[in-house]
Amino acid sequence: MYGKGILKGLSVTWKRFWDTYTEDISWMLRGKKRYNTEEGIRHRSSKDTKGIFTVQYPEEQLIVPEEFRYVPFLVYDEGADGKKEIRCTSCGICSKVCPPQCIWIVRTNDPSTGRPVPVPTNFYVDMDICMNCGFCAEYCPFDAIKMDHDFDIASYDRNVYNLDKLLKPAKYYAEIRPENYTREEEARKAKEAAKAAKAEAAAA
Amino acid sequence: MENEKLSLPNYNIPEDLENVVAVTTLDRLYNWGRRSSVWPLMFGLACCAIEMIAAQTARYDMARFGMEVMRPTPRQADMMLVSGTVTKKMLPAIIRLYNQMPEPKYVVAMGACASSGGPFKEGYNVVAGIDKFLPVDVYIPGCPPTPQALIAGLIKLQEKIDRQSIKTVRWYNKEKKDGNYVPMPILGPDLIDVRRNADIKQAAAVAKVTQESA
Amino acid sequence: MATPVQTQTVDLVARFPGMVTADARPGYTGFIVNKENLVEVATAIRDEFGFDLLTAVTGVDYLAENKMEVVYHAYKTTGGPGLVFRVQVERVDPVEVPSLINIWPGVDFQEREAWDLLGIKFTGHPDLRRILMWEGYEGHPLRKDWKEPFFEEEAKPFKSRWPDGQHTFAENKNPFRDNLKFPADFDPEKFEVVNEDGLYASLERHTMKNEEGSLNTDHIVVNMGPHHPSTHGVLRVAVTLDGETIIGLKPVMGYLHRNHDKIGERNTYLQVIPYTDRLDYFNSMSNNFGYVTTVEKLMKIQVAERAEYIRVIMAELSRIQNHLIFIGMLMNDLGTMYTPSLYAFEERELVLDIFEAVSGARMMCNYFRFGGVVRDIPDYVMQKIKDLVLERLPAKTDEMERFLNENEILVARLKGIHVLNAEDAIKYSVTGPVLRATGVPYDLRRADPYSIYDRFDFDVAVRQNGDMMDNYLIRFDEIRQSLRILEQALKQIPQGPINSQKPQYQVRVPAGEAYGRIESPKGELAFYVVSNGKPNPYRYHVRPASFVNLTAVESMCIGSKIADFVALLAMLDIVMGELDR
Repeated sequence: MYGKGILKGLSVTWKRFWDTYTEDISWMLRGKKRYNTEEGIRHRSSKDTKGIFTVQYPEEQLIVPEEFRYVPFLVYDEGADGKKEIRCTSCGICSKVCPPQCIWIVRTNDPSTGRPVPVPTNFYVDMDICMNCGFCAEYCPFDAIKMDHDFDIASYDRNVYNLDKLLKPAKYYAEIRPENYTREEEARKAKEAAKAAKAEAAAA
Repeated sequence: MENEKLSLPNYNIPEDLENVVAVTTLDRLYNWGRRSSVWPLMFGLACCAIEMIAAQTARYDMARFGMEVMRPTPRQADMMLVSGTVTKKMLPAIIRLYNQMPEPKYVVAMGACASSGGPFKEGYNVVAGIDKFLPVDVYIPGCPPTPQALIAGLIKLQEKIDRQSIKTVRWYNKEKKDGNYVPMPILGPDLIDVRRNADIKQAAAVAKVTQESA
Repeated sequence: MATPVQTQTVDLVARFPGMVTADARPGYTGFIVNKENLVEVATAIRDEFGFDLLTAVTGVDYLAENKMEVVYHAYKTTGGPGLVFRVQVERVDPVEVPSLINIWPGVDFQEREAWDLLGIKFTGHPDLRRILMWEGYEGHPLRKDWKEPFFEEEAKPFKSRWPDGQHTFAENKNPFRDNLKFPADFDPEKFEVVNEDGLYASLERHTMKNEEGSLNTDHIVVNMGPHHPSTHGVLRVAVTLDGETIIGLKPVMGYLHRNHDKIGERNTYLQVIPYTDRLDYFNSMSNNFGYVTTVEKLMKIQVAERAEYIRVIMAELSRIQNHLIFIGMLMNDLGTMYTPSLYAFEERELVLDIFEAVSGARMMCNYFRFGGVVRDIPDYVMQKIKDLVLERLPAKTDEMERFLNENEILVARLKGIHVLNAEDAIKYSVTGPVLRATGVPYDLRRADPYSIYDRFDFDVAVRQNGDMMDNYLIRFDEIRQSLRILEQALKQIPQGPINSQKPQYQVRVPAGEAYGRIESPKGELAFYVVSNGKPNPYRYHVRPASFVNLTAVESMCIGSKIADFVALLAMLDIVMGELDR
């Protein structure tokens, strides 16, 4: 019969339509909130999702995975009396590995000796060239440059970030990437312990 | 939510009339109307266009912002989402589309490429940013911006629209009737921006002198 | 399940003494053919030796040796290793090489590209116009002595970035204050624009004439694109129409030509990886796979066992996601506005969630490294992949089939339209699902196995009719086969390291050449890389599937309706990032 195929197809659409209501009602009956809750968003991104698939940004946001990367930022540790201890030593590896070459680093030179000091005087990232590849964070030996989770950075002007705009505290980093942070901290502590042990052995 | 913005905060409306009456200015009403139905031009250039399509689909659903009606014809569009790398070969077509869009019109540079050439900036066929030719309202960094980042950028555009006033907008400005017309660039030995003819001629003459002296 | 071993070696030198010499340069293989004998030798390669599929033609500019080289890669559609042969000519202007268009018509666009970017004139080519740049553009950009306007240094990293990296825009360093380069003493007001007569003349040449004695009808030329809702990006097509029937057609491309090859030659080997993401932007995982395999061939390194499995898992997930979108987009172009594509995008989002969790980005994954991958798949993501592959995706594929396959309108629009026969498809170097829908079981995963595909039990999806319907159905077959591969891979994946190399940002690549090809969802995606031992490739060329597949479009749609042509573009599954590079 002509039209049977179309009707068969429409049954799929109808089922999908029906699911939007049954799904909502079943959540309601179970006394759970499907919208604006983490559980609800996670369910909507799982294999069992059916019915309404929309995550209503900005009221609710998709839960991004730990490895999600947007643009780079520089990490600083909070030292005593709120001093910013920048982790970057301006070794230049990130600017060398950057595929579109959008990282610009001015190394600091000691005014008296003229020799380089391991702090950047300035650090620029041209966000309108950056391709979000994550190489800088991947190859940084000091865990100083990391990829951000914050994507709400649209502006009314071109975006060239300097050192001030790039710096974010280690606390923030620990917040967005807890697993990576813990792993790196452990590695650093182990390294320091090994160093101390070595120094002790040398002294003895 | 929209209603709150529509009403002026300083006027006391009796509680039982709150959902019925709104006291507002013409600007607010006008801006509210425009910001709630920004129709994008159905116009994709490169990778970002796929994220633009993704933003239209079920998970992100741009229709919630009155932006679901993507029009392939520039005559019915309010916003040009420059979604991807602008190449020199494509530029004349983009300028023509922009000139054909009726006012009020907005340009959003989506992604690094549209903002400044992006990772492909060094390429010989790439225009280093659409802002060299068109007035860009919002820049969205990212390569590509995720659909949520795109929506965040479009919310920024709505905020910008909210701040405009009928008195100052360019499309009611009688003196600058053709103020937003962009002359068509020409494809010659390289891309020729006709507004810069004098500059190009001068720089080429300088190049000749240096070549001869070398 | 392994492919038949090709014991027979091709000895061109013995067959053509004096005309062919073996390439003796270290790291190179194949034969050097005298320019004068090229056509004769090529005919024998096709007819006597059976290399019916010429996949890639490209040029290399050996500036120091004052030589231009044209490299040809020929394969057999029955499988097995390929044959590399090349022509070397002195680097004079213009460089002339005989065209092979009469032997393998599939070289059409590729020869035009070599002319456009390298200035190699193929004598005998009937329509040798620029293809990616416009007529009148100054210079051939891929020549080694040609420098782009924003030229900074021969190779990255640039010295101005560190240690004294005061930020400046590239525009400030150019005399024209923009990405521009004009000949000295150029006057923009006095020059004459090169118009598109060449395009219309060639369109005219291929246009069918009115038959004598028949009713004389007017023909009109219509330009579709570069801004058109159904050309899948910025493709432009010039068509001659007789009523609604197409009687002549020429694709015009280059509107998204973003100089992938030239930038690739400035980049270090590692830096190219994220650029390959942006080729076929639906399948960044496959692009990574192709490039990394090629360079690994040059470096002669082993890939970590676990990483091989991860690669296959990612590539197959990518294929499923691509084919789902293909179905959605095809429906869009047939006029089923949105519903099927919205359903397809829903599943795609779930696959992209996996990509995002392992690599950090939805589309531009940048996940592969030489010797392995960046990071392991976390346990919860592994569980998610299993959930999708074992439960959701098979069910949703069935649902999609139930939704569409029997729809009478769809069948009417697809069945028997745009038939491509196997002979033509091979002639035009068409690869991928489009070739397999014509009855040729040529899948690189079987025919020339790379990575660990020889360990999996799967069938090469083949359909016999070569029409649109078969092209549509074969995508479902491929999704099913991919799911089969995934099931096995998820079962077999071992524990272990995910990279055989130490992470390093500067890799050593010995001198030589490599041609690596993989079965991307769109067809054969191949990379041709020449190394001279430096940190960046000397020559880097992409052989994209969409670009070559488009060669067949002209012969396929002459005589059909313009509305069907829109569907044909969807069927070829072109993607502009890969087509124009």
